[in-house]
Amino acid sequence: MPAPTSPLDSAAAATQDHVGSAIVFDDVWLSFEDISVLRGVSFKLPFGETKALFGVAGSGKSTLLKLALGLMQPDSGKITVLGREVTHMQEQEMFSLRGRLGMVFQESALFDSLTVAENVAFRLMEERGIYDDEIDRRVREALRFVELERTVDMFPSELSGGMRRRVAIARAIITQPELLLYDSPTGGLDPVTSNTIVELIVKQRDVSKTSSLLVTHRLQDAFTMATHQFDTQTNQMRHLPRGHYCEVPMSFLVLRDGKVIFDGDVHQLAHTKDEYIREYVS
Amino acid sequence: MELTSPTEFAKGKVASVQEYTFLAGQSLANLFKRPIYTGDMVQQADLIGFGSMSIVLSACFFIGVALALNSATTLGRFGARTLIGELVAIGVVRELGPLLAGLVVAGRNASGMASELGSMVVTEQIDAMRALGTDPMKKLVTPRVISTMFMLFFLTILGDLMGLIGGNFVSSVLLRLNEREYWNTAWQSLVFSDIIIGLVKPVIFGFIVATIGCYYGLSTKGGTQGVGRATTEAVVAAMILIIAVDVFVTQLLMVLLGAT
Repeated sequence: MPAPTSPLDSAAAATQDHVGSAIVFDDVWLSFEDISVLRGVSFKLPFGETKALFGVAGSGKSTLLKLALGLMQPDSGKITVLGREVTHMQEQEMFSLRGRLGMVFQESALFDSLTVAENVAFRLMEERGIYDDEIDRRVREALRFVELERTVDMFPSELSGGMRRRVAIARAIITQPELLLYDSPTGGLDPVTSNTIVELIVKQRDVSKTSSLLVTHRLQDAFTMATHQFDTQTNQMRHLPRGHYCEVPMSFLVLRDGKVIFDGDVHQLAHTKDEYIREYVS
Repeated sequence: MELTSPTEFAKGKVASVQEYTFLAGQSLANLFKRPIYTGDMVQQADLIGFGSMSIVLSACFFIGVALALNSATTLGRFGARTLIGELVAIGVVRELGPLLAGLVVAGRNASGMASELGSMVVTEQIDAMRALGTDPMKKLVTPRVISTMFMLFFLTILGDLMGLIGGNFVSSVLLRLNEREYWNTAWQSLVFSDIIIGLVKPVIFGFIVATIGCYYGLSTKGGTQGVGRATTEAVVAAMILIIAVDVFVTQLLMVLLGAT
């Protein structure tokens, strides 16, 4: 793409970027009292791409997702989600935009007084008012996707940690959102259960091609996502040959002390010269 | 423990009052915006109204008994024990019935709301609700506020009746006074302004209980310890506010209704 030659061209190019991106963070700053959490964070998540966001605990990863959802407001900077600037959007306006997003929370955040079916159907029931046959069909479809159809009438307290994450994924995808946000979906889980969750995320990515932003501190999860593809024939995730990467674009973003220190693909990540990232990757 | 400067402390308190006022106003304004969660209102009415009925009724019965016992001694000195019905009726209907029902419901439900919503805050369920496109103010706060106001009104009517029955128990069983005379003096002593004062208060108290409970619940910070703190603070604040507001509402209504 030729470089913009005038301020007008530059503005047009920026608008084009925002239109072609599911999320755009532009010089975002955020502090809690005297502590700087984000210091000029800028990045883009193009439509159809999956971006894995790394950083040590407290580096502002979850905060970044909450900003994208409009659950928090930045001190300065601009955040655009699905082409709409959310930085100064009123809460009432945000509700309609959030209907186009799906979010999987760190600890699942299932409503403990509702059954699994009611949790998954929550958004649809809010739209229609009652739990009808159509909603039931879609709930079972979403639960079948995460292989938990048998838990329909159970309460979240009766499920294991891994099952709760899977129900949270089902709740996030039931409305087929245009953008999915995952907040440490494998955090605190054993390796086998983590792998099941990663497989579901890969399945969602490859089957629905939904743009996704995934926060994690487990590098192996993101590498698994980059080197595996979901096979709809066998209904399993399969390892791609060495040097091959998944068809859906996948990128990595590393945060350190509230700043983006890396934004690139798996190849660039593997060959980075940054000492901190090399240590993190190893 | 870190000490807060007086300026920061004052700023914090002003911000809290501002947030509470916004929540209280929003809880009523939401009644005029769709969607209206009728099912949640009915569910809350059941939890708050029927759940509190036994304790409100028993508390009101015993306050009626205590009031009659205490007034019997004083009235006996003037040979006016037959006026027990009048004293109990005015005392219970105007003041003690609404106040006691409000305090009992505050103790039971302000704490329940604060702990329930507080737990939802610390487990990110409130954020999840917002992320799913639902306004927690509409879904959680408004149904609780409307149900508490509605149910406390009826609980107070039943509580007043139980208070009068308690007074009658003392009058007829312990003091051997004429039962018909008790009810007759009780009925005749009540005027329009007494009934209005006695029925406006529970609606206001219900609003205080629910908004305070929801406010402290939604402002919870600091995990499970924060939930415990929010619960305690909600009960204390609701009770103090009910007693303080009772003074002003009584005076205001007495002036407005010409009952001074």
